[in-house]
Order: sequence, then C-alpha cells, then structure tokens
Amino acid sequence: MKVKEKSEVNTICYHCGEDVVERHYHIEDKEFCCKGCQTVYEIINKSDLCSYYDLEHSPGINQKQEVRKGKFDFLDDAQIIKKLTHFQDNTHQHVIFYLPQMHCASCIWILEHLDKIDSGIIKSQVNFVKKEVTVIYNYHETSLKKVAEALTIIGYEPHISLNDVSSSKVKKYDTTTIVKIGIAGFCFGNIMMLSFPEYFSLAKSDDIGLKTWFSYLNLALSLPVFFYSASEFFISGYKGLRQKFLNIDAPIALAVLITFGRSVYEILSGTGAGYLDSMSGIVFFMLIGRYFQNRTYQTISFDRDFKSYFPLGVSVINADGTEKQISVSELKVGDRIKIHNDEIVPADAILFLGKATIDYSFVTGESLPVEKSIGEIVYAGGKQTSGAIELEVVKEVSQSYLTQLWNNEAFKENKKEVKVSFIHRISRYFTYALFSVAITAAIYWSVNDPSKIWGAVTAVLIVACPCALLLSATFTNGNMIRILNKYKLYVKNASVIEHMSEIDTIAFDKTGTITEQGKSEITFKGMELSSYQSQLIRTLANQSNHPLSKSVVSFLPFTKMLNVKNYKEFKGFGTSATINEHFLKMGSSEFVLGKDSHQLASGSRVYMSIDEEFVGYFIVKNAYREGLENIVSSLGNQFDLKILSGDNSSEEGYLKNIFGNKSKMLFEQKPEDKLNFIKRLQNNNKRVLMIGDGLNDAGALKQSDVGIAISDDTNNFSPACDAVLSGKNFTLLKELINYCRRQKTIIFASFVLSILYNFVGLFFAVQGDLEPVIAAILMPISSISIVLLTTGLSSFYEIKLKRLRPDKSHY
Amino acid sequence: MSAIFIMIGASLLLAIGFLIAFIWSVRSNQYEDDYTPSVRMLFDNTTIQEKKQETNNKTKKTK
Repeated sequence: MKVKEKSEVNTICYHCGEDVVERHYHIEDKEFCCKGCQTVYEIINKSDLCSYYDLEHSPGINQKQEVRKGKFDFLDDAQIIKKLTHFQDNTHQHVIFYLPQMHCASCIWILEHLDKIDSGIIKSQVNFVKKEVTVIYNYHETSLKKVAEALTIIGYEPHISLNDVSSSKVKKYDTTTIVKIGIAGFCFGNIMMLSFPEYFSLAKSDDIGLKTWFSYLNLALSLPVFFYSASEFFISGYKGLRQKFLNIDAPIALAVLITFGRSVYEILSGTGAGYLDSMSGIVFFMLIGRYFQNRTYQTISFDRDFKSYFPLGVSVINADGTEKQISVSELKVGDRIKIHNDEIVPADAILFLGKATIDYSFVTGESLPVEKSIGEIVYAGGKQTSGAIELEVVKEVSQSYLTQLWNNEAFKENKKEVKVSFIHRISRYFTYALFSVAITAAIYWSVNDPSKIWGAVTAVLIVACPCALLLSATFTNGNMIRILNKYKLYVKNASVIEHMSEIDTIAFDKTGTITEQGKSEITFKGMELSSYQSQLIRTLANQSNHPLSKSVVSFLPFTKMLNVKNYKEFKGFGTSATINEHFLKMGSSEFVLGKDSHQLASGSRVYMSIDEEFVGYFIVKNAYREGLENIVSSLGNQFDLKILSGDNSSEEGYLKNIFGNKSKMLFEQKPEDKLNFIKRLQNNNKRVLMIGDGLNDAGALKQSDVGIAISDDTNNFSPACDAVLSGKNFTLLKELINYCRRQKTIIFASFVLSILYNFVGLFFAVQGDLEPVIAAILMPISSISIVLLTTGLSSFYEIKLKRLRPDKSHY
Repeated sequence: MSAIFIMIGASLLLAIGFLIAFIWSVRSNQYEDDYTPSVRMLFDNTTIQEKKQETNNKTKKTK
C-alpha cells in the first residue's frame, strides 16, 4: 500500500532506529530520521552521554512528534509542585515521574545520568519494572518544570495526569508479607531441627533436661509464628464470623489455635512435645501460597478512571488576553481555555475560536474524528487534532458528560468481591464434615474411655485442617496467573480466573477492540490513476483537515505539492479546487456525481472527479484485527456474542458477515447504554464477559462479570477492568478462557489428594494417639505434593495455549 | 552433654542474626525492584570508559 522511495541502502536513524526517508539530517556519519532525533543526539553528545548509543542499538525514542513549548508551564504552580513532590527540605525536592517510554538498558543509563544534563539535579534513580524515575534536585538551582523539560528534551516526556495529584498517597511496597514468611520459615526450620530427638525417641533414654530445654526453645520459637505470622488468619476469620460468614480462614485459625493450645499444655505439663513443628509448617506454606497468588503484575494499574487519562494542567486565557497554566481540577464554569494540537479537552466546553476536529474514538467509540464549528459544544475527553482552539468551559470537570458515568452505582459498590468463591463453599462443607467426625470420636470415647476424648478431638482438628484446600487454591491460582501473564493476559486478582470460567456471553466493543486503533484500510476503485493524477488528488486532499482527506493523503505515494487556486470547502459535502488548470472535486457522491448512490457496502467513500470527469472513489474502512473471523466463529460455537458499539452502523453489513445473524449488534451506544445492556443480560442470568478499550466501555467493563480491556500497548491508558489483554494476543481469547476453566478441575484434583491424606491422619487421630512424628511427616508431604500437583497440572494444561501462541516473545 | 545446651543456644543466636539481616534487607526495600540493579551493576565500567574517552577528547582538543 505504502510506496516509500527507498534509498539504495536502507539506512536507519542512529537515534531511534526508524527508516530514514529523507536524508536531510546527519551529523558526521550518523543519519537521523528527523530534526527531533538529531537535536536529542546533539544534546546527548554535548553532555558526554554517548554511551547511551553503545549500550543498545538505536535506543532513542522517535521525535517526529514535537512536544509543544510551554507544555509544562503548570509545573511552576506552587500548589501543583507541593502535590507532585513527595519530599522537600530546605534545598531538595524529590519527585517520581512515570516514563512510559522506558524500554531498555540505555534508558536506565541515561536516566540515571540526568545530572549531566541539568546540574541542579543531584540524583536520579530508575525503577525499570514500574517505569518510574525518582529525581532528587536542588530547587534553588533548577525547578520541577525544568526537570520535566530536561526529560522531555531527551525524549522521555513524563506522563503527568490528574490522577497524580488527586491520590496523594504513594503506593508503598508491602514488605510485611515477606517478613511474615521469613519468620515463619525460620521458626519452622529450627523447630523441626530441635524436634528430631523427639521424633527418634533419642532423648527419652537418658537426659530429661535436654528434652525440656528443646521443648521450651520450640515454644519460644513458635511464639512469633503464632502471634505475628499467623495473625492475618485470625483477623480475617474473626471478621468473617462477625459478619456471620464462615470463610476459609476461620477453620484454619481454629486449627492453628487448637494445635498451639494443646502444644503449650503438653510442654508446660511435661506430658509431651506438642505439634509446634506442624503448626509453624502449615502457617509457612499457607503464607507462601497467599504470596504466590497475590503477586500480580505490578506495572499495570487496574483501577484507573478518567483522572489518569486527563491532563493535569491546562492554559486558561485571562480577561486581558494573557495565558496562565492552572490545574484542571481548578477549572471553573466560564473559564476560557486554550487547547493545543493533540491535547485532551478536560471539561465540557463551547468552541469559541479556531478549527476543532475532535477525536472521540476513546470516549465514544466513533472511529472518525468529528469536526465542530464555533458555538458547538465539545465534550470532555475528546482529543483535538487540528491546531489550537479556544473554548469556554460550561461544566466543571467532575460534572461533565463523560465523568458522570463514574457516578453510576456500578462504580460505588464492589459487588464482585461479595460473590463467594466456590472454594469457600467447599471449605464450609469440609468444616461441617470435620466437626461431625470430631463429635463422633468424642461420643465414641466418652462411652469407651473418657480420658481419651480431649486427645482425640484435638488431634482430629489438628490433622484435618483445611489448609490443604487453601494451598491447592492459592498455588493453582498463583501459577495460572503467572502463565496467563506469559500470554499477556494480566488479571487483577485470582477471583477473575474463577469468574472467567463461568462466562457464557461475550460482548465486544467495536472501535479499538475488534478494529485496530488508529488504523484504517483504504482501497481505490475506479480508473487507473497516472502518477500525475495521483499528485493532483494528493494536493487537493492535503488542503483539508478532514479525517477522510488525511487518510487519502497517507494512502497516495509521496509527491511534491502543486499550486492550488480557488480552494473551497463545503461542509458535509466535500472540497473543490483548481490545480494546474485542472478542476478537481472530492467528496460525497452527491457532491461529485450530483446523485446519491446507495451506500450499502461498509466504510466511508470519497468520490473524485478531475475536470468534471469521474475517476473513482476511495473506500476508507476500519481495519479489523488479524484473525478476527477465525476467533469469532470459534467463539460463536461456545458463547453468545454481542456487539456494543458507540460508532455508527456503517460497518453493520460487514460485521453481520463475520458474526452471523444470531449475534445481537447495537450501535450508537452511549456509555450508560452499554452498562445497562450488560445489566439486562445479567438479570437474565447471563454471565457476561465484556471486552472493550475506551473510557466509553468503562461502565460496561465494571458492570460485567469479567471486564477485559484490550490494549495494544500495555503502558497506554486502559480503563478500570478485571484484566488487561494485549491486542496482539486477541486471537488467543478462546483458549485463554478455556484455560481458566481448568482451574476448578485442578483444584478438585488436588483436593481429592488432600482428602486421602486426611483419611490417613484421621485414622490415627480418632484413636486418640497422634504421634507428633506422624503429624510432622504427613504435614510437609501433603503440602509439598499438593504444590507439585497443582503447579504441574496448571502447566500441563498450558500445552494447548503454547501451540497457538502467535507471539513468542516474553514481555 | 552440657556443651550441647550452649552450642544449640549459640547456633540459634547465629541463625537469629541472619533472620534479622533478612528482615533488614526486606524493610530497606531491596526486593522492591529486582530488575534495575542487575542492569545498573554493569554500568560502572562504561562510565569509566566514557571518562577515558572524555580525557582523550580533551587531549585531542588541546593538541
């Protein structure tokens, strides 16, 4: 499609690695694709930072899109500085910037040498996993704005959004879980070691002193496990009971409590050695399982709302015509704001000056930008794409058409959390069964030998702790999350896997979800164009800012522009001009041919005539994702498919071909409509999976049982959701869902195994004499075999995914 | 046999020392970012090289 004038040797830009098309920019023997890349190189070279280019090949970020001067002016505002910096003393300020462009070792290197670019910067440290850089600078010598600009100059424009100031607390890395595991593991190992004499009855023979010394040491070692490491089981179990809900932690807390109580009693009374080794072992393994399950992908945020999409600063025009940068949250009704090219309109406003072409694809799902004329209202969230405009704010940010969606009740309660996982249900049956066994044993011994009641009951509760169940669940989930990450499906937490396995209906958004973002497919139908004709057409199309003309420009081969006379634009119809004595018309069929042809086929058409002679038309279509037809037809066998699009119905015909007549398709859906549609499906007892990408899907994603956001670049904004799926792996959707369905199978299998162990343990326990050595052997064996079984099975089921994987690279 | 009392106590104290070291390393966020330090470690060499180049350049200039 694209015909690039390729030079004999394919040169790539020394800075960013893209093909060099026009060979204008070079320093010595180094070629650059654009002025921006060359400038960055000059700065890096001047600061003696050229190792940047030695570490990785062409590591730079493409600079074709220039960042507007003064974009960071709002960072001079004292209020904003106070909110963004997280530490300040007499000379220094600390700030953390999010730099989504960070991608290689060179990036780390240059970002940790920022002090060479701005001498006011004292230290900069990168966290590559989070793509963050912490900058410490002297604010007498430089400023927050200058630091941000320095980063921008070398190609790492910091991403600063409204969210950065509204949530003031910095997310702290949680260390307590690891400490708890460390302590439990340490005590477990030492208690086990000190119990060896007891296991092999070595101490019995001669030294009573040694035996008590060991027992008391064990008791001392078990205290931190019981009071610190196991505390979360007690807290969560107690919380559950107070809400009259028996969760899985309650029986575990009970088992730990009874084991500890009986052990303390035995040690203090000198009647035995207790089961402290088993207790600390159980706590240790369960904590590891929890940690494994909760270790989600930390760079992806699942709770973003419009605040992380909106910019932080906006230029306000004062009455005297001067511009001032203020924070978006301070915008008031009646303020006059200036929005530059590629910026987002932060509040509902009326267009006052300039030419507005607003790209709403992210907000409403409309695939083509919309032109607005003066006096029309521009809704918040749209992106201006044709130069600077001035607007007057009519609604505050929090009240705008778009942000009102977040006032919907779906965002207020977290109903997915309330839904009880099947593991909790099983654990409840397990607990009932356990209690009946304990009571039966108690009744039996009260008849035969009342002295054994106490021993038998406690032994039953110790041995048959439901920790095996918890272990199966946590390790299965943890391993599945890890495997799903490998296929670029990043789930928010483990319960998503379970919800996903119950899905029976899938609702798709159109723009950006089943079509590829920012791509369109253009074909030309008509007579063959000579290169001169195509030059004429390209010249005319280049005059207009209409999105369709822009597509035509990008479609035709690059040529020089010709002289244009009498250029006229007819809004809603087309354009005409005289170029090199040829009269050209371009636009709708009514405008060009004088008659309205029925548009049955998909896509928008642009008709062309030269000297009143019709030459043909361009068809501009959405570009659908590769492999869409296959995935849809295979999903169709298994699920109910729906389409919820905010766009117009021009593609309905084509979509009917793919999705078939059975699937319901709704077009021109507002965000609330999507949400309500999902709600109606759920009221009909459907379990809905919603797949979307934009802010307009945010409500539906939240309301659905599982909301998956498609993202072509995981650093990009994605609305609040349960999981993020990379667009590249969209075709794996069916297999990923089926993989999640294996979760229950795996958990049941390992549960059966643990029941077998429980039978063995109970066999000893009900007799009233559970030797500590038997407990000490059973416990680790059952735990470890369950861990092996779950991770083994979940990796085994991955085979099918492995075969289909289109993209072999790891993240 | 009394030696074992002392030895066990001593070994426990030693082990507790390691536990404290572990807790300290966790608390000082050494496990927060497990990727960047592995890359950063390799930079020291390049900085030295670069300094050498710098001095080379300077000498060239003075010539």
